[in-house]
Order: sequence, then C-alpha cells, then structure tokens
Amino acid sequence: MTAAASTPHSEGAPLAITLPASLQGVELVRSVRTPAQLDYQFTAGAATSRFLRGIAQKKILGERCPVCGKVYVPPRGACPRDGVPTSEQVELPHVGTVTSFCVVNVAFYGSSMELPYTSANILLDGSHLSLMHLIQEIPADQVRIGMRVEAVWVPDDELKPTLESIKWFRPTGEPDDVNVDIPGEDHGTGLGSWVGGVAPIDPRGTH
Amino acid sequence: MLTAPLIIEYPFKRTTGPVIGAFMTGLRERILVGSRAADGRVIVPPAEFDPVTGEDLTEIVEVGPGAEVTTWAWVTEPHAKHPLDRPFAWALIKPDGADTPMLGAVDAGSIDAVHTGLRVVPRWADEREGRIEDLACWVPERTTPANVEYKRS
Amino acid sequence: MRDVAVISFAQAKNQRRVADLNEVEMLMPVTGQVLDQVGMTIDDIGFTCSGSSDYLAGVGFSFVSTLDGVGPWPPIQESHVEMDGAFALYEAWVKIQLGEIDTALVYCYSKSSPGDLPMVLTRQLDPYTVAPLWPDTVSLAALQARALIDAGRTTEPEMAEVAARSRRSALDNPNAQLAWDRPAGDLLTEDYHVAPLRKHDCAPITDGAAAVVLAAGDAARRRVERPAWIRGIDHRIEPMALGLRDLTVSASTRLAGEKAGVADGPVDVAELHAPFTHQELILREALGLVDHQNVNPSGGALSANPMLAAGLIRIGEVATRISSGEADRGVAHATSGPCLQQNLVCVLEGES
Repeated sequence: MTAAASTPHSEGAPLAITLPASLQGVELVRSVRTPAQLDYQFTAGAATSRFLRGIAQKKILGERCPVCGKVYVPPRGACPRDGVPTSEQVELPHVGTVTSFCVVNVAFYGSSMELPYTSANILLDGSHLSLMHLIQEIPADQVRIGMRVEAVWVPDDELKPTLESIKWFRPTGEPDDVNVDIPGEDHGTGLGSWVGGVAPIDPRGTH
Repeated sequence: MLTAPLIIEYPFKRTTGPVIGAFMTGLRERILVGSRAADGRVIVPPAEFDPVTGEDLTEIVEVGPGAEVTTWAWVTEPHAKHPLDRPFAWALIKPDGADTPMLGAVDAGSIDAVHTGLRVVPRWADEREGRIEDLACWVPERTTPANVEYKRS
Repeated sequence: MRDVAVISFAQAKNQRRVADLNEVEMLMPVTGQVLDQVGMTIDDIGFTCSGSSDYLAGVGFSFVSTLDGVGPWPPIQESHVEMDGAFALYEAWVKIQLGEIDTALVYCYSKSSPGDLPMVLTRQLDPYTVAPLWPDTVSLAALQARALIDAGRTTEPEMAEVAARSRRSALDNPNAQLAWDRPAGDLLTEDYHVAPLRKHDCAPITDGAAAVVLAAGDAARRRVERPAWIRGIDHRIEPMALGLRDLTVSASTRLAGEKAGVADGPVDVAELHAPFTHQELILREALGLVDHQNVNPSGGALSANPMLAAGLIRIGEVATRISSGEADRGVAHATSGPCLQQNLVCVLEGES
C-alpha cells in the first residue's frame, strides 16, 4: 500500500470506537458464524452424459475434434483449441501413461484414502488430454512419470455412471514410455519435472 | 440426461471488525445500535464508513427498541430458509432514533395487520451469541406489555 | 474517443430449463453464430470478455470451461466479470478505446435452473446482517414496489399494464420465453405472489446466453452496412445497504443516463432491463422516458430474464433495430444487484 492510500486504521491501529454506556464493559463480538447451504440439481450436459453412460458399460469414451483431430477424455463438449463441438466418440483402451503425479500426505475432508496415496494425470493411449485418477498397488515413492498404468474397475455388478467405477490405476509392468507426449508441452507450458531431472528425447526432433 | 443432487456449503465464520462487532454485541445484549454519520444522521446497522463522505465513523449510539415499518411485503408461503415458518412480512424497519431502516421479518399474523408506519419492537431469540439471528423477528408494538404500560402512562 | 459499434448480436432461445446441455454446449452455438454473421473467427478478435456467475448453477470456474467454446488457443487476450454481459461489453469498449485492438467478442450465459434462483441471489447481499435472513429477490423487489405505491408514484393497475404490454410485445420475439395477450384487468384478479407483487409482475427464471461483436471505425464499416455506434456508455452503483437508498428512484440510472447523453437527441427505441414491472416505471423516470411509446419492443426482461445476459440482450435488441434501419437512435439499459442497485446505460446510433 502506498503512503497516499493509507488511512488511519490501515497503519495497524484499530479504529477507536466509542460505545454507548449499555455496551461498555461487556465482551465484544469479534466474529460471526454465517453458514449457508445451496442446493442444486446438477445436469451433466450432453458430452459428459455420453462419457458417463460409457463408464457404466465399462467403456472409456473420448471425443474427437473434427478440426484438429485431438481426442479429449473426459469430454466437455468443446475443443479448447478450435472452439467447435466434439461429436465423434472414440472408444479408448484402459491403458495409459503417467504424465504427472503428486503424493498426498495430508488427509482432507471427505476422503477415505489411506495415507500416503498418489494422485496422477494419466494420458490414455490414443487420447490428447490426461485425466486425473489414483495410482495404487505400488508404493507411492515408486510412482514415476512415464510409468505405464491400467484401469482397475469395480466388479461389473457395481458399475455406475461415475468415474468412481474405476477404482484406481495400477502399473502394467510394461517398460516406461519416456517419450510420452505431455499435453500442453508442445506449446511450452507443459507439466515439466521429469524424475531425476532427465528430459525425454523428443521423437519428432522438433519443438 | 444424467443429473445428480449437488449441495454446496459455505461454512464461513467471518471476522466482524469493531463496528459490526459492536452491532452484534448489542444484539446479544438485546440492544440495537447504529453509527452517527458525518451529517449527524444515525445509520442502522452501523457502518464503518460514511456513505456520502467516506470518512471513518466511530461513534456508536443506541437506538430503538421501538421502531417503525417504512415499507413491507407479505410472504404467503415462507421458504424453508426464511426466518419464520408461517406467513409474515418482510419490512424495512427504522428504529426510533435512527435515520435509516434495516431489513427484518415481522410476525404480524395476517396481511391486514401490517401497514407502512406500523410500530414494531424486536422479539429476541432465547439463546443469543451475537449474530443477526439473535433478533428473531419483529412484532407489532401493541402486542407487547411494554407498550400497554406506555399507553397507560 | 474512438468510434466503436455493435456489429453483430446473437442469443439463444430463452428457456425455463436447458437440461440436456452443459454451459459450454449451450453457449457455443451463440458465439459461433455471432462471429459467422459477420464472417469472423476468433482469430479476428482482439479481446474476449465474458460475464457469468458460478453461484447460479453451482459449477465452480464454469467460465474457464465455457472459454473452451470460443477456441482460446493459442492463448487469447480475455477477461471475465461476475456481472451481466453488458458490463463485460463496457470493459471491452474501454479496451478498444485504449487503441491496441479494434475488435472484441463479448458473451455471457447462465443456467439458473439447477438452483433455487431467488435464494441463490441472497448471497450477493451483506453477509453479516442481511444474507443470513435469506431475503429472496422477489421479496426485496416487493419492498421496493410497496415504497413506490406508498409514494403515490404507481398503482397495481399501472404495474399490470406494464406486464400485459411486455408479454404482448414478446409475441413478436421468437426468442422470448413468456409471450401472451391478456388484458391488464384480468391480471389483477390473480392472487398475490409476494404482495404487492403478483406473478405477472416478476420476470421468469430463464436459462440462456447472448453474444455481441464490437468493432472500431473502419473495422466495423468494412463488415456491416450499418453499424450501431456506441455514442455514450456509463455505469454507476448505489450503496449495498438497502436502508441507505431511496428505493423509489434510481439515482445511479439517472446519472449514468446523463453521462451517456440519453437526452442529447431523440430516442426511437429503448430497451430497459427491468425484471419487475414497477422497476420499468422507476427506470423510465430516471431516463426521462416516462411517456415514451417504444419501450421494450422485445418484451424485455419480463419475457425472458437469463441472469447475467438479459442486460447485454437489451443492447443487442437496440443495436439490431438500428442496424436494420428500423431506428436511428436508441437507449439500452442493464441492471445488476437487488432493487436496481447497479445500472449501465448505453446510447446507440446509426449513421445517417
């Protein structure tokens, strides 16, 4: 704050308030509880509904942009590059590559996960947008970018139109894909940090 | 089309500062206060800044508890979130000694019992902690014993 | 001042509920149409500004998702206001005045249907002394209407006339949500909703979207035959506390109207953003249009009131009439907040 903009109480001293006699000597209120709740009926929209219906059938359905050809999953209905609707559905394999991850060591409200656990961006083979999910069945400190993973589904009779129908992803045991194309990286805004500080070799040779 | 219930909660606890804090303290103590503006007007609820000049307002003064309805609206079907669960009037209510009205609910029983200029007094919540809900609602003055005494005197 | 014009306007068909689309899916046809009409793509746009509020549908950062719908890559210059699109248009107009860009896309949208709109809007009120009481928008407007009636400046029959005229005008508006032809006298036989307001005094709850393209000077003349030039635009706000305002007048509209130059020439058409019947009367008085014969020919907000878009639609409705040659000079108004708290006035003109 500049000197010109300062006012008496912005200099640190609280406002000197004169109280009526009836409030002198009583403990002053300093904060109020103002809890509020708003109730909605959320509607998923056309593209997300198509995606979630696929999940209930144990299918992962991305959508392709008719202009640039990129495949988005989960689809939101628009290509963020071309601003056009994505309407061609593409069934994707349940296998992909970790493009980034973090290890969660603090519990937060509503989570039943055992600590520590790993949350990761996973680029499914044939798609161009990574989706976020959990990595399990491997110690958190062994998760790495480039690791190949596969979806682990709930039992078939428990499939529902929710991403929770995929319990988590686990390692496939395949060799790492060190050349995974991190979405956004071709524009210089990628997710960056590679394990060990070693950047992959760009197979296209250009950037 | 897939739809699902979605509930968003805002579990906020807000710092009042000294001016709104004084108002909330007053509610807990069953006292209404306002602040004296630069031109001498009394503003309720109190304001940190003069609405015309912008200067700090620091003098908190007691107003009410008697008050007058300056405009009103009749709610036939209260919403579950409204302050009262039976038909009531929203009103702008100017406490005696104040120059500006504040919003409140008036428990008047029927639409015929409300009019602009109606005299009202606060009905305080039994349990108060220093929040606007401590002032449970307003009621017409004639139904209170205090007013009966006033008329007799 | 640079000459800046509205050169294209589009809106979605206003509906009570758009259940089958998310916000970007609802918006995309509108932003697509507004550019197509003038042969433009996002690459021809210097600045994009949007208006929306996440509270309405309960979708956090929805404006980031809807930005996908205009194709914002490589990164575009953009901004967002949690206000009606008319205020986004104001920001875009200022940006063009700075001289670095010649064109702007302005869009806005809202889905109010997923939530309980009159209650959602209580979150814009003072969070200490007012919002915890949950005074819904209709109730607050009813307090204003009562004050106006008490002051002898309107009557329930006069308010019913506004309702009847607006919905009758809307019969000619293919995008309207509420359109009917009933005499005002019939309306008065209905029960009160929140007295002194009846349902017909209130705008409907609407899902919708709208978009405008602005262009400066030759960039406008090159693309359309008759641009709707913005000759004046101004917006003003009043205090948050209802008790500090005289609810029977709109001081902010009056001042914005003076600054925008409403009285500097004849007004062929006016579109006033009045979500309640009595508010049209307050606005007419503030703008010197008390007896004007061509107010809200579209049916106004009483016939379709998509939150965050109904104000920009007023500007679009006036601009369309100017570009078609139906009008030479018009006034558009947009409001925001309870009981006409904040108001924008825009004067538009065609070239003779």
